[in-house]
Amino acid sequence: MSTAGTIIRTAPTESCQPWPRHKLLGEEWRAMAASLGEAGAPSLLALWADTARVYVLLHDADAAGWLVASTSVDDGRYPALSPRRPSATWFERMIHDLWGHEASGGRDLRPWLEHGRWPVTVPMSLRPLARESPAEPPEFLPVEGEDYHQIPVGPVHAGIIEPGHFRFSALGETVARLEIRLGWLHKGTLALMRGKSPRVAARFAARLSGDTTVAHSVAFARAAEAASGTEVPPRAAALRAVMTELERVANHLSDCGAIAGDAAFAYLPARFGWHREALLRAAAVAFGHRLMMDVVVPGGVTADIVPGGTEAILRALAPLEDELPELIRVYDGFSSLLDRTVGTGIVTPALAGEFAAGGFVGRASGRAIDLRRTPGYPPYDRLAFEVPVQQEGDVDARVRIRFAEIGASLNLLRTLLIELPEGGVSVPLLLGSGEGIGWAEGFRGDIWHWLRLDGGQIAAVFMRDPSWLQWPLLEAAIHDNIVADFPLCNKSFNCSYSGVDL
Amino acid sequence: MVWRRVLATLRHGPATLPAARLDDAATRRMADRLEAAAQRTLGRSLAIRQVDAGSCNGCELELHMLNSIVYDLERFGLRFVASPRHADVLLVTGPLTHNMREALLRTWIAMPDPKWLVAVGDCASDGGVFKGSYAIAGGVDAALPVDLLIRGCPPAPAQLLNGLRTLLEANAD
Ligand code: SF4
Repeated sequence: MSTAGTIIRTAPTESCQPWPRHKLLGEEWRAMAASLGEAGAPSLLALWADTARVYVLLHDADAAGWLVASTSVDDGRYPALSPRRPSATWFERMIHDLWGHEASGGRDLRPWLEHGRWPVTVPMSLRPLARESPAEPPEFLPVEGEDYHQIPVGPVHAGIIEPGHFRFSALGETVARLEIRLGWLHKGTLALMRGKSPRVAARFAARLSGDTTVAHSVAFARAAEAASGTEVPPRAAALRAVMTELERVANHLSDCGAIAGDAAFAYLPARFGWHREALLRAAAVAFGHRLMMDVVVPGGVTADIVPGGTEAILRALAPLEDELPELIRVYDGFSSLLDRTVGTGIVTPALAGEFAAGGFVGRASGRAIDLRRTPGYPPYDRLAFEVPVQQEGDVDARVRIRFAEIGASLNLLRTLLIELPEGGVSVPLLLGSGEGIGWAEGFRGDIWHWLRLDGGQIAAVFMRDPSWLQWPLLEAAIHDNIVADFPLCNKSFNCSYSGVDL
Repeated sequence: MVWRRVLATLRHGPATLPAARLDDAATRRMADRLEAAAQRTLGRSLAIRQVDAGSCNGCELELHMLNSIVYDLERFGLRFVASPRHADVLLVTGPLTHNMREALLRTWIAMPDPKWLVAVGDCASDGGVFKGSYAIAGGVDAALPVDLLIRGCPPAPAQLLNGLRTLLEANAD
């Protein structure tokens, strides 16, 4: 077993469902952090905080288990994980901006969500302070050497896209470094959720990242259900999966179209867009909302699928099933298109592993991670489905993984809809206190939610979008590519801005 | 292979939805709000610059659908443009985060007169579910005057299209 795994497993625990949380002393946390550079050390999945503690979720591949650990913040500090685990960096910056806990020895202590614009500082700490000093311009990593030039892009980009800043340092056409700065969309979501019942707070989980509204709602509901010991009826779990798979297909369709569109190939976005619209309309018929927002709630789903909803969805799937093979052949048949995607924006399997990237970003770079399979959750544990994996890690591989996932999800949808279990679709959430972790596999990958309930209300919560571990890989993927390939590369990742800006 | 597909689609007729009838009263109300001089300047075409001022990205998903072959925004003379410098309309989504305020104002300033502002979504209307957060201003009108508000969370493409066409029709009267 890894050193970190041993340190964590021997520490005393506090109740958290389904995995106990290990309470580490400062020294133990420091030793755990120091061992994260060893071969076979666990992957970092999330790092977050509340007013008194810092929490980490790790995956120990050796012991095939997930580990939750926490340590008390001592005098405003805790030992940083980022020196041995660079993927902790953005989390540490976020924790500092929201709660004021400093990662001592951290690789990067610059502000992240904090742009100097909120009326208060450390907004989630016990005592937020009124802001006194005005905003300062952000500091970027230095680039030294002759002939480098910088291209600042954003926060407002050229298209209908979320805001963020990309700072390219280029040598001629070639990108030497991309630095991403986010935080423009920070809405204070976590603070708004505190003190509310899970049922009320579900509206915020549904709006963390609109394109993943279903999967985030599922992860949140499952965390609340784990914390309160509630079990949802099988029909509710199956309907959640129907919505999750519809969401996955709809997003893959628009992104595959958009990638081709960025290579000036208009036919594919036209066709994929048409199928997407058909799916969204079917979703509106079946569940009352095109994006299926606010349908999944703690305890189940708000309403059963309407009579005729199943048929509406099946009617929308049929033309897509028919046309998909041909659309993939079209993608395959144009060298001008493949020329742009093959070999562009490579993420090596080693790097994807180091950042524990999930979803199509991970699967295009050799990582066979899918939460529907391991650790699994209902109803996927009784279903067979393909999890495609490739090794190339380029734009093309990410596109092909998505094509394969569309096919797999279409099969899942048919099975789910035909075998919908009978029965109720919701149960009241048991009120009480407790801590829980919930997960779901959204179209971008692994989603993790954690929360602590106190007398039926949320005392603390964190929602980890897959993009946290994918954005930094985009910085790496564009290295040594030409600036003009960035849109294509970016689209092939399609990370969420709102999802990480919280 | 593509040509064969394109021919097949031609045989089926357009995938684009026919234009819905607009509500005349709403068009008149909008016309009253627009200046006569501006109406003559712009004719029947509007260039739209979109800014996400804190959205969850749900509103963007539906805005994207306007460019799909199903809604085909451009047939009405409406199009999304990359630069505010040649835009007539600023279309804003999101509850206006404090962090986005300056970028939004700078985009607005970069646009030539006459110009209009369209707020899209419940968030842009008054902050939506994020109302009361330390991080948001609470609706786009906290920073800029709003000419047209299209509500919804998110508004469906058909609603967006009708709203934008009202602006265009009122402008051309
Ligand atoms: S109105 Fe709804 S869909 Fe639009 S940005 Fe706000 S929460 Fe998202």
